[in-house]
Amino acid sequence: MSEQLSDTVASSDLEAAARNAALAAGQESAEAPSPEAGEGRMEHLSMQAALNRALAETLAEDPRAVVLGEDVGRLGGVFRITDGLQARFGAERVFDTPLAESGILGMSVGLAMAGFHPIPEVQFDGFAYPAINQIVTQLARMNYRSRGTMPMPVTLRVPSFGGIRAPEHHGESLEALFAHVPGLKVVSPSSPHEAYHLLKSSVAVPDPVIFMEPKCRYWQKGDVFLDDAGPLQGSKVVRPGKHVTLIAWGAMVARCLQVAELAAEDGIEVEVLDLRWLKPIDAEGLAASVARTRRAVVVHEAPLTSGLGAEVAALITERCFDTLRAPVGRVTGFDVPYPSGDLEDEYIPNIDRILFGIQRVLEYRRG
Amino acid sequence: MDTNLQPAALPAEELRELYRLVTAVRQLDLAAIAWQRQGIIPGYAPELGQEAAQVGSAFAMDPKHDFIFPTYREMGVALTLGVDMTAYMSTHKASWHGGLYNPVQTRLAPIQAVVAGSVLHAVGWAHGQTLAGTPGVALTYFGDGASSQGDVHEAMNFAGILKAPVIFFVQNNGWAISLPTEAQVAGGTVAARAAGYGIKAITVDGNDAAAVVQATREAAAHARTGHGPVLIEAMTYRRGPHSTSDDPGRYRSLAEERRDEGPDPVRLLGDRLLADGIADSAFLDAALQDANANADRVREGVMALGPRPGSEMFDFVFAEPTDALQAQARAWREESEHV
Repeated sequence: MSEQLSDTVASSDLEAAARNAALAAGQESAEAPSPEAGEGRMEHLSMQAALNRALAETLAEDPRAVVLGEDVGRLGGVFRITDGLQARFGAERVFDTPLAESGILGMSVGLAMAGFHPIPEVQFDGFAYPAINQIVTQLARMNYRSRGTMPMPVTLRVPSFGGIRAPEHHGESLEALFAHVPGLKVVSPSSPHEAYHLLKSSVAVPDPVIFMEPKCRYWQKGDVFLDDAGPLQGSKVVRPGKHVTLIAWGAMVARCLQVAELAAEDGIEVEVLDLRWLKPIDAEGLAASVARTRRAVVVHEAPLTSGLGAEVAALITERCFDTLRAPVGRVTGFDVPYPSGDLEDEYIPNIDRILFGIQRVLEYRRG
Repeated sequence: MDTNLQPAALPAEELRELYRLVTAVRQLDLAAIAWQRQGIIPGYAPELGQEAAQVGSAFAMDPKHDFIFPTYREMGVALTLGVDMTAYMSTHKASWHGGLYNPVQTRLAPIQAVVAGSVLHAVGWAHGQTLAGTPGVALTYFGDGASSQGDVHEAMNFAGILKAPVIFFVQNNGWAISLPTEAQVAGGTVAARAAGYGIKAITVDGNDAAAVVQATREAAAHARTGHGPVLIEAMTYRRGPHSTSDDPGRYRSLAEERRDEGPDPVRLLGDRLLADGIADSAFLDAALQDANANADRVREGVMALGPRPGSEMFDFVFAEPTDALQAQARAWREESEHV
């Protein structure tokens, strides 16, 4: 690995990163170099509209796909992600369930056993807790228990993370909990483009996928290249830089891009890596970025202790120990219950705290 | 709510087949307890006393269309469905949690250790039949203890709302390990709860195999014709321990067992066959011999199972394994098999 280290960034990486950065920041298409200029459809969509479109196309293309959950039918979901789907595809394929999350997940397991591709929704992250037993002991294990004869192509959509001044248990970050469970895959999109393509690819995965939607980004618009997903696996460099890699997912990606802009004013070139898949984690992508920058800070909203940042730090350290110039930094939520809206901005990593995190890593001296 | 069915309505050949099945289950069950004492298997959950409830209910189902969701105590269901019993018993050999049988081909879901874990799956599977327009009925087993679980409430409510073609088959065997039904089930009966969900309920003598067949057939016909779910509460008695690790002497006396256990379901059916002239003692003897021979065959099969390959730990975690998991599998292989 150390032989591959370089302070320069390959031009192909730069081009890809510039485009990714434009997508992540929701810039107008004119500012974003399209990979195949003149080819393919592009639309400027909110993440809500991108997710809605991905679900509609999935229902149209896959006759085994069904959408179920609380208020997903007539209402179109409390965040309107399933808006209009019941009217278009019927109350059999897009149906409201009673208000019971364990029931939603247990039913989804049974529907998958019957050959369906369920796309359940739990209305808010904290409402996944009542379903944890079915998720952990059933959904995650049925393929294993049945020796591969009963796969679980279930995509569980979870409006996730904080930032909307919501009541208790409406702003939780459960990725570490889900990622720890054998048999689950976990992904979180950061932009409308990612949301559209990652949701469509998740429902095609023959395993259970926990799809964590950053609810505070639902209404931010961005360019969606409908015909060009780019790589669907692994992480993405959304802004190239050479001094430090910021690793984030979900809503924190946009914040890290803001941080990178500010840091650039001080001559610090921050690379921002959107991890995207939280299980499996793209260890090689992490290593490739940190091998260039030799410093890393991971940012997440979830509490610090045993958060996914610890896993990210371990993966980087295993692969880049000899060339790291500082221990991997972590800027995260605190080991406290997610606070009320008044204190939300104190809890979620803000620009200042992320800048301090970068500063600590840059100023670190051995010995 | 209660339905008193007349078992005499079953044809003689079905009654004889039921006797062969309950006897096979009884003898295999007794044999498995012996295997545990002999060190052949590490543990077992006996079903002594529940043979009629299990055989009768499974006998009434149509494996071509229907699907059965067991707990960890449905050996009699598996045998009645024709599951390879070595593959079934492998769960007790600690070969594979869910059993080595193929659930898709046998129409028997993997063995389920989470109490009430599969009740919701049955509702989902059953609703899938409604969506697909197929005539299948789901039958899910659980006990008086499991009826306390919230998932059972959610399952019955969902099924009632969706009119899902599912049969909730409660084997009320009087005990959930050490807790008797009166300390488990408020109101004293699980079947009474069905009314609250708008679900049809049948209470049946779970020691009477023929009555259980009739109750389950009635329930299956009800569900199959679009009339929604049915709850059957089969009243029976767990005549043995909860498991081979359990000691019922700590919570119930032999005198209490004799007072409460009711008729032995195998003897009850045998006596009826003799009394009605449907079978003679030679038939009963032959059934017993066949049952013992079957238990011996399964014993040989279980003893021949051998240890599982360690690589199997990794094989079924995902349908599409991740690179990270495959790396762990390679590392395990290198470090433990020295390859």
